[in-house]
Amino acid sequence: MVQLTINNIKVNAEKGMTILEAAKSVGINIPTLCHLKDLLPSGACRICSVEVEGYRGLTPSCAFPVSDGMVVETNSARVRRARKTIVELLIENHPQDCLVCVRNKNCELQNLSETYSVREHRFVGEKKDHAIDISSSSMERDPAKCVLCGRCVRICHEVQKIGAIDFTKRGFYSTVTTPFNKGLNVSDCILCGQCILVCPTAALREKSSLKEVVSALNDKNKFTVVQVAPAVRATLGEEYNLPLGTDVTGQIVMGLRRLGFKKVFDTNFAADLTIIEEATELIDRVSNNGKLPMFTSCCPGWVKYIEQNRPQLLEHVSSCKSPHEMEGAVLKTYYAKKMGLNPKDIFVVSIMPCTVKKFESNRAELAEENLHDVDAVLTTRELVRFFKIAGIEFGDLPEDKFDNPLGESTGAAAIFGTSGGVMEAALRTAYYKLTGSNLESLDFEAVRGSNGLKEATVKAGETELNIAVVNGIGNAKKVLDEIEKGSSKYHFIEVMTCPGGCINGGGQPIHQKPEKIMKRMRALYHIDANMKKRNSHENESVKVLYKEFLVEPNSPTAHKILHTHYLDRKKILDN
Amino acid sequence: MHTYIFDNYEAKDRSALIPLLQDIQGIYNYLPETALKDISEFVDIPLSRVYGVATFYNQFRLKPLGENVIKVCRGTACHVKSSANILFAIEHELNIKAGETTRDKKFTLEIVNCIGACSIAPVITINEDYYGRIAAKDIPKIIKNFTRKSVKQETVPAKEGSLK
Amino acid sequence: MNSYLDHCCEECWHTAKTPCDQFIKCCSGGPLCHQNEKCKEKYTKLGNQLRYSEHEIPLIFIGMGTCGLAAGALKVEEAIRSELAKLNLTAKIEATGCIGYCAKEVIVDIKLPGGTRISYCEITPKSVPKFIQKTIVEKGIFTEKVLGAHEKNQLGVPLLKDDPFFKHQMKIVLEHCGIINPTSIDTYIAHGGFRAFDKILSLMDSLEVVKEISASGLRGRGGAGFPTGKKWELANKQKADHKYLICNADEGDPGAFMDRSVLESDPFRVVEGMMIGGYAIGATLGYIYCRAEYPLAIERLQNTIELCRKYGLLGDNILNSNFSFDLKIKKGAGAFVCGEETALIGSIEGKRGMPRPRPPFPTDAGLFGKPTVINNVETFSNVAAIIRKGSQWFSSIGTEKSKGTKVFALSGKIVNSGLVEVPMGTKLSEVVFKIAGGIPDNKKFKAVQIGGPSGGCLPEKVMDTQVDYDSLKDVGAMMGSGGFVVMDEDTCMVDVARYFLTFIQSESCGKCVPCREGTKRMLEIIERIPKSYKSTTNKIDQLQRFKGIIHLKRLSSVIKDTSLCGLGQSAPNPVLSGLQYFRGEYEEHLYDRKCSAGVCKDLLTYSIDNTLCEGCGVCLRKCGVEAIVGEKGHAHYILDEKCIRCGMCIDACRFDAIMVN
Repeated sequence: MVQLTINNIKVNAEKGMTILEAAKSVGINIPTLCHLKDLLPSGACRICSVEVEGYRGLTPSCAFPVSDGMVVETNSARVRRARKTIVELLIENHPQDCLVCVRNKNCELQNLSETYSVREHRFVGEKKDHAIDISSSSMERDPAKCVLCGRCVRICHEVQKIGAIDFTKRGFYSTVTTPFNKGLNVSDCILCGQCILVCPTAALREKSSLKEVVSALNDKNKFTVVQVAPAVRATLGEEYNLPLGTDVTGQIVMGLRRLGFKKVFDTNFAADLTIIEEATELIDRVSNNGKLPMFTSCCPGWVKYIEQNRPQLLEHVSSCKSPHEMEGAVLKTYYAKKMGLNPKDIFVVSIMPCTVKKFESNRAELAEENLHDVDAVLTTRELVRFFKIAGIEFGDLPEDKFDNPLGESTGAAAIFGTSGGVMEAALRTAYYKLTGSNLESLDFEAVRGSNGLKEATVKAGETELNIAVVNGIGNAKKVLDEIEKGSSKYHFIEVMTCPGGCINGGGQPIHQKPEKIMKRMRALYHIDANMKKRNSHENESVKVLYKEFLVEPNSPTAHKILHTHYLDRKKILDN
Repeated sequence: MHTYIFDNYEAKDRSALIPLLQDIQGIYNYLPETALKDISEFVDIPLSRVYGVATFYNQFRLKPLGENVIKVCRGTACHVKSSANILFAIEHELNIKAGETTRDKKFTLEIVNCIGACSIAPVITINEDYYGRIAAKDIPKIIKNFTRKSVKQETVPAKEGSLK
Repeated sequence: MNSYLDHCCEECWHTAKTPCDQFIKCCSGGPLCHQNEKCKEKYTKLGNQLRYSEHEIPLIFIGMGTCGLAAGALKVEEAIRSELAKLNLTAKIEATGCIGYCAKEVIVDIKLPGGTRISYCEITPKSVPKFIQKTIVEKGIFTEKVLGAHEKNQLGVPLLKDDPFFKHQMKIVLEHCGIINPTSIDTYIAHGGFRAFDKILSLMDSLEVVKEISASGLRGRGGAGFPTGKKWELANKQKADHKYLICNADEGDPGAFMDRSVLESDPFRVVEGMMIGGYAIGATLGYIYCRAEYPLAIERLQNTIELCRKYGLLGDNILNSNFSFDLKIKKGAGAFVCGEETALIGSIEGKRGMPRPRPPFPTDAGLFGKPTVINNVETFSNVAAIIRKGSQWFSSIGTEKSKGTKVFALSGKIVNSGLVEVPMGTKLSEVVFKIAGGIPDNKKFKAVQIGGPSGGCLPEKVMDTQVDYDSLKDVGAMMGSGGFVVMDEDTCMVDVARYFLTFIQSESCGKCVPCREGTKRMLEIIERIPKSYKSTTNKIDQLQRFKGIIHLKRLSSVIKDTSLCGLGQSAPNPVLSGLQYFRGEYEEHLYDRKCSAGVCKDLLTYSIDNTLCEGCGVCLRKCGVEAIVGEKGHAHYILDEKCIRCGMCIDACRFDAIMVN
C-alpha cells in the first residue's frame, strides 16, 4: 500500500495502481479518451493529464503509477486549461456535424466539449479530409471523425488479434486505416464491430439497414416478419437507461409488433433447432471417424475468420447454418408452405447483436436461387433508433409473446448469446442422445465465465468428449495451431468472436461500463434457469417441424435447408 | 523475385521488419504491394502494421521513383540561405511538387531534412552528386543537363562533388 | 609486421579465437610475454609508421568526410593520382575524415619524409598540378592555400592550432578527426585507441567504471543533458538475462552534423566508448541506430565493427576477460522523433517510431522489455578519454554543472562554417565572432539558433551567455545536439519560427493530441502573420490572424505542458524565444505589414523601374506565372495580383530594373 494525496485528500492505494485508478477510488473523476481498461496505457490523448508535485509538465494519470508521498492535483486551473485546450484542438479537426451524426448524444468528444464548456472556435484551420469507406456490408469507416485515440487499433490488434486497421502516415496526417487505404471488404477485417464499441465518436459505425426494412414494411405485397436474437433481449434496455442485464423480451416483441411486422418470431427457436442438428453432426463425426475437432458455426465472424486465415481447416467447421439463417430458411420453406405464402414475398428481418450478421445474410451460400434466407439485419442499436422514429415509448410498453410455431424455445437456446452457451446447450442434447437421459445438473459451470479459453471433459455413457470454448477470436490461434500440428485433444470447440459472446457483440449498445459483460451474461443464465424446459430436444415446435417436414436430424431435407458450405476467402483476398 | 532477401533473416523476427523494407526498397526503389504482403507473412505482423510502418518513415516510398532523384536540402543552414527559392525553381522547372515524379518518369523531387553538407549550403543532390552553393538561376541549366543525355556532366558549373 | 594482428614471432598467439589479455598493452610497448629485441623493434616501427612519423615516401592526407566529398574530394584525389603518375612520383594517399574546417574543403595535408605535416585548403583538381609541383617536387610550400602546420617548424608556416578557427577550441571528441585514417584499426590503436577499454578489463569492475563516469560529471550530449553515470548506474543495478546498449546516431536536427562527422572521421572512438558502456552496465549486445541518410558513416561503422571482431575486441570472451559483447547496426528509416529514446526503441523493434509513456524507463524495461541504456554518439566519444585520463581531468574542464566540451556544427551566415569543439563555459560571442569569423559581406548579426527545432534564437544582447546546459536554458534556448546556425539581418525571425514549426509538424509522430493538432495550429497562426490582405480574400482569415496571436501563448504552454515526448514539449521554443527577443519583428509584420529582412514574400511588392527597363523581354519569358506584361522595346510592368514573388525576374534582369519593396 502507498499513501498519496490527491486534491488534498489522503488516499491509500495499492502499489502499481495508476493515479487514475487511485483518484477513482475516492470518487474523483478524471476524463479519459485513449484509455482502455486491461490494456497497456498508450498515453496518446493527454486528456487525463494531472499535476504531480515535482514534475515540470503535466502527467498522464492513466499511465503513471502512484508512489508514496505523491501529491496530485487533478483540478487545478492549469489542468483544466490544458484539458479544455486539448478538447478544442480535437474539435477543430473534426467535422462537427453532431446534429446529423449517428453518435449524437452518445459521443465522448461531444461529452468532453460539454464538460469543459467549449464555447468558441479558437483554433480554426485545416481539417483532415477523408472519404468514407462504405465498401463492407456491415460497417462504415469515417476517418474524418476519428480522434486517433487508437482504441479501435488496440482492440483489433491486441484483443481480437486481427489487425485489419492501424495507424498510417504520421503527424497531422496520421490516419487509422486499412493497408493501402483500401476498403474494409478487401482487408483482413472480419467485421466483428468490436472497434465500433470502443470508438468514442462515429468514425466507426455499423452500416444501417433501416431503409430496406422500412420500405419492406411499407410494401403491401410483402409479408414482413422479424426475429430476435437471444443476446438482444438482455441489452436493449440499456439504451433506455434500464439497469445492466434487464430482460426486456416482452417489450421488444410488443415494440416490433407496433412497428408493423406481420409476425414476431424468436431466433431462439432456431437455436434449439441448431442444437439438434449440430449435436447430431457431432455424434456422427465422433462415431464415424469424421473430422475432429468440430467447430461451432453460429458465429459468422468466426466463420469469416477461418475462411480468411485457415481455409485448410474449414472441414472442421460444422456445416450447420447459424440460428437466424436456419430460422429464415425454415420461414421461407416450411412456414411459407404451411401458410400458403410465396417465399419470395416473405421478408425476413433479424434483430441481431452483431455487425457480421449483415455480411452473413448477404452470403450467396445462404440463398436459394437468389432468395436469401434473411433479407435484412438490424443491430440492437438500429432497432432502438427505429423505436424512437416510430414514437414508441419503450418504458411504457406492455409485454407480449412471440408468435408460433417459430416462437417457442427452451432455456438452452437463451444462453446462445453468451460465450460457452452454445457448448452448454449442445452438451445437454448430445448427452441425451448418447445416453438416453438428461444430465443431472444442467448448469455447466466449466464453460461459463469470461476466460479466454475454457475447457472440460464430459463423460456421456461410453463416450468421453473433450471440449473447449474460445471466448474472443484473439484466443483462437492456439487451438487452431494445435489442430494444424495434429496435437489437438478436443472433440468439440465453440468459438465466439466477441469477448463474452454475442451479449458483447459489435451491434450492442455503446458504453464503456466495465461490468457490462458479466451482468449481461447473468441475465441470459437467469432466463435459462427460469425456463420450464431447458433442453433443446424438448422443444415441441421443433419436434413438430421434424415430423412434418425435416424427417429427422441431418436428413437430406435438413441438409438442404439447414446446412451450408464455406469458401476459401484467403485465395480470394490474395488475388 | 525478392524472396531471396528472407534468407538473411529469421522468420517471425519482428525487429527485422524495417531492415526488410529497406532491402525491398533497395531492390525496387520503392515498396510494391506484393512485397509488403510477403514481408507481412514472413515476419508474422499484420499487413496493416507493415503498411503503417512503411508510411511512417521518410525513407519509404510506395510509388516507383523517377530516373533521376533530386533532393533539396531543407536544413536550417540551407533555409537561411534561401533553399526555399531553390525548391520553388525546381518545382517550377519540372512542373511538379516536392514528393512527386514527372510524367515522363525522368525526375523525382524530394525534400530532405538535412544532408549534413551545411558548409556548402544551399545544397541539392541529384542521384549521388552534390550541387552546393547554388542559386535559383542555376537550376534550369542543371536540369537541362539531365534531359539531354549526350551532354557531359562535367560542363555543369555548380556541381561540387560526389559520394561515389 | 604490417598490422597488430600479425604476430611478431611464433611466441605471439593472439587471435579473436585465442585471445590474449595483453594484446592492447603489447601494441604500444610490446612484446610483453617474451624478451626479444627484434620483436620490440618490429612493434616500435609499426607504431611509428601508423603514427605517420616514420615513412620513406611522401604522405598525402585528403579529407574525405561527407563535406570533403561534397566539395569534390574524389576529383581532387583523382587529379593527385594522375599528377603523381605523370611525374612518376610515389606517395601514399591516406583518406582521413573531417578536421572540422568544412568551409575550406577540400583540405589536403602533405607530409614529406622527416618533414612537418602541413595542411592546405580549398584544393581543386585545377590547382593540383601546381600544388604537387610546389610541395612534393620542389619540397616547398604551396603558399596560396596553406592553412597551417601540425608541428612547429623551420619553414615559417604558422601552427594550425594558432589559426583563429582552432585557437579557441579544445578537442576531446574530435581529437583524431581529420588527422587519422578512420578505416584503420591499427592507426587507431597506435594513436592510443582501446587503452581505456584495456584498462577497465584489467583493472576495474563494472561499478567502478560507472563511478568513474559519474565522477567525471559527463552529461548526455544528445540534448537533455541527463547525467550519463546516473543512467549507467540505474541499468547496472538491474538484474536481467539480457541488457542492451544503444548508440543514438539518428542525428535529425536540421543544421546538425556533429555525429555524422565523428562517425565518419573516428568511428573506433565511438565503438570503444560503447564497449566500455557495455561493460559498465553488463550488456551483451549493443545497437548503433544510424540515419540511413548517412551512407558513409554506416559504411565506416560496418568496417569498424568487422575489424574489431577480427581483432578480438568484439565477440565472445574479449581479450580473455570473460566479457562478451557485440554490436549491430540498425539503419534508421528517417524519422526525427526517433531521437526520443522510447521511439528509437520502438523503431529497432520494428514498429512505428512512436514514443510511449515513461515510466517504465528504458533502464528498467527498454528494448525488447530489457534494461537498456541509450546514449548519443558524442557522449560515447567522451568515454574512452575519461577512462584513460581520469574523471578528475575531465571534470576540471567546463563549468560547475556542465563538464567537458561540446561539439557544435556551425553553419548559416558565417565566414567559417564547420565543426568545432569548445570547452563548456565558452561564451557564445566567442564562438560566433572568433571561431566562426563573424558575419560575411559586412552584414549585421541578428541571432544564433541553438538546439535545432527544440532550441531557440538568441540575439546579440545575450551573446555573453556561456555554453552550458543551464545557462542556455535560462535564456530560452537549449543545448540540443549541437546545431549552431547563425543568422544575419537578411533573416526574418517570423520566417525562422515558421520554418521550425513546419519541420516539427512534418516530423510529429501524430500520437499525442497537443503535438499533432497543437503544433499544426501554431504553424497556421504563424503562417497567417506574414500573409498580405491582397492574398487573403477571406475576411475571416484576416480576423483569424489577430485571434491566433492572442491564443498563441496559451497554446504554447499547453503543448509544453502536456506533450508526450521531448519533441512536442520543446516544439513551441522557437516561437517563444522569437516572441521574447524579436517581438518587434512580429509586430512589424502584423501592424506595419512589413518584413525588413525581405523574406516574407507576401509582404513584398515587385515592380519594374521604367527608367531602367529596356523592354528586352527576358523577365517576361522567365516569369513562370505570366505576371509580367509589356511590349518589346518598352518598359515592362508587373501585375501584382499574379506575382508570386519568386525572384526569378530579378535574377534574369540584366539592367537591375526590378525593385522589391
